[in-house]
Amino acid sequence: MLKLKASVSMLLAATVFSGAMLSPAALAGEVIKLATTTSTENSGLLGAILPKFEAESGYTVQVIATGTGQALKLGSQGDVDVVMTHAPEAEAKFVADGYGVEPRGIMENDFIVLGPKNDPAAVKASKDAVDAFNKIATKPSQFISRGDNSGTHMKELEIWQAAAVTPDFAGYTSVGQGMGKTLLMANELQAYTLADRGTFIAYKAKLDLTISYEGGAALANPYQIILINSEKYPDLNHKGAKALSDWFISPATQTMINQFTVQGEQLFKATYKK
Amino acid sequence: MNDGWLALLQQAFSLLLSLNPDVWAIINISFSVSFAALLITVVPSIILGFILAFSHFRGRWVVTNLIQTLQSIPTVVIGLLVYLLLTRQGVLGDLKWLFTQQGMILGQMLICAPVMVALSQAAFSSVDRRAWETSRTLGASWLRAVWTLCRELRVPLLLAIIAAFSRILTEVGCSMMVGGNIMNVTRNIPTAIALETSKGDFAQAIALGLVLLILALVLNFILGSLRGKALPRSH
Repeated sequence: MLKLKASVSMLLAATVFSGAMLSPAALAGEVIKLATTTSTENSGLLGAILPKFEAESGYTVQVIATGTGQALKLGSQGDVDVVMTHAPEAEAKFVADGYGVEPRGIMENDFIVLGPKNDPAAVKASKDAVDAFNKIATKPSQFISRGDNSGTHMKELEIWQAAAVTPDFAGYTSVGQGMGKTLLMANELQAYTLADRGTFIAYKAKLDLTISYEGGAALANPYQIILINSEKYPDLNHKGAKALSDWFISPATQTMINQFTVQGEQLFKATYKK
Repeated sequence: MNDGWLALLQQAFSLLLSLNPDVWAIINISFSVSFAALLITVVPSIILGFILAFSHFRGRWVVTNLIQTLQSIPTVVIGLLVYLLLTRQGVLGDLKWLFTQQGMILGQMLICAPVMVALSQAAFSSVDRRAWETSRTLGASWLRAVWTLCRELRVPLLLAIIAAFSRILTEVGCSMMVGGNIMNVTRNIPTAIALETSKGDFAQAIALGLVLLILALVLNFILGSLRGKALPRSH
């Protein structure tokens, strides 16, 4: 009986204790909610540079890492203060629909086609990305798609469309996962996949995959930071969002982006132009 | 993938034992959020369980069945529901609780309440009604008599609380959708495990998995020893 009482009081004490601790770190300093893509978060870029912004400005940046589609959706619903994404067409629509304002190109990397080292579809000899996708679709091989409406997924669909292939062939698997998880799955299944170079470099040590095709304008991958229209949602943290956007285009931050490396390789190229 | 599983396990233990601040921040968030959800729901749930067991209002069986069903609703569905409630366009959008601990607590309340209501209803139904009638005829107030019953039923009620707690502490779907997995704010043990696995950083995932595993063992041990005590009591 004593034991029971003790465990009940322990439970109560723990409850009160935890209640006291329930002051989220968020309450210190004003919060900026940034919806962005898994590629910027999983590659470690934001973790490397955002603390500097927080120290300089006093803001706390809360990063919600998701696909570009979801990030823009969160922006258009007014659930976040600012978005950073990489799907030019969807972003243009986001701005044209009056949700996004002041889009700024801040950096880019490129997409690459990854695949098993033995290259079963002979993709290495492709003349462009569309040709590479055609080969994957027609030769017996597997392709893993993000399938999550992310920027990478949108790019992939764009290339399938250019190749006039409906992506439902036998080796096509849509996994609905972030970039990192998709790479790990492609690795496990020794399949081809489309990835952004940043995440690939960050994951390279864990993967037994190689770059099957790279280069060409079709595989460019520009990132934009876009503010949310204050007329639609006046009560968001627009000041903080603007401060973050301004910080991203400052020469110091642009240099930091260029200097960010994983395993000795540069992941992103700063591209802001006035 | 050069890491052997032994090396991974070693890394996981050293993360825990070296009090790695990231890992412990995640553990802290998990426990604070789940305790808060439990604390808010426990009294109303037990009272509702009592009402369902003892009164015979019209539609009682509808409510009972509804709660039984809610017990087995997948947490992602609760997550979706809470997400839709909390998004700016949602009914509760003005609260701005999406991607906050408050939002997570709300979701976890909805997940743990049905478990506690159903289990405490079962506990109250098993009790001898005369204990209730006696204390009422002795002039005890309604609340006082419920309290007497609760003390009588402390073991099964505690079992109900522990069952509810372990359900919310381990659920990932609702926390991920409503919390958004924000480092130092809404990243709890289950969502961190999902993230670290997707990043291929298994050591931290294993470390956090170990915490949940140890907790499950402890809770199960308490449950087992309480059940052992509870059995001879039922004369």
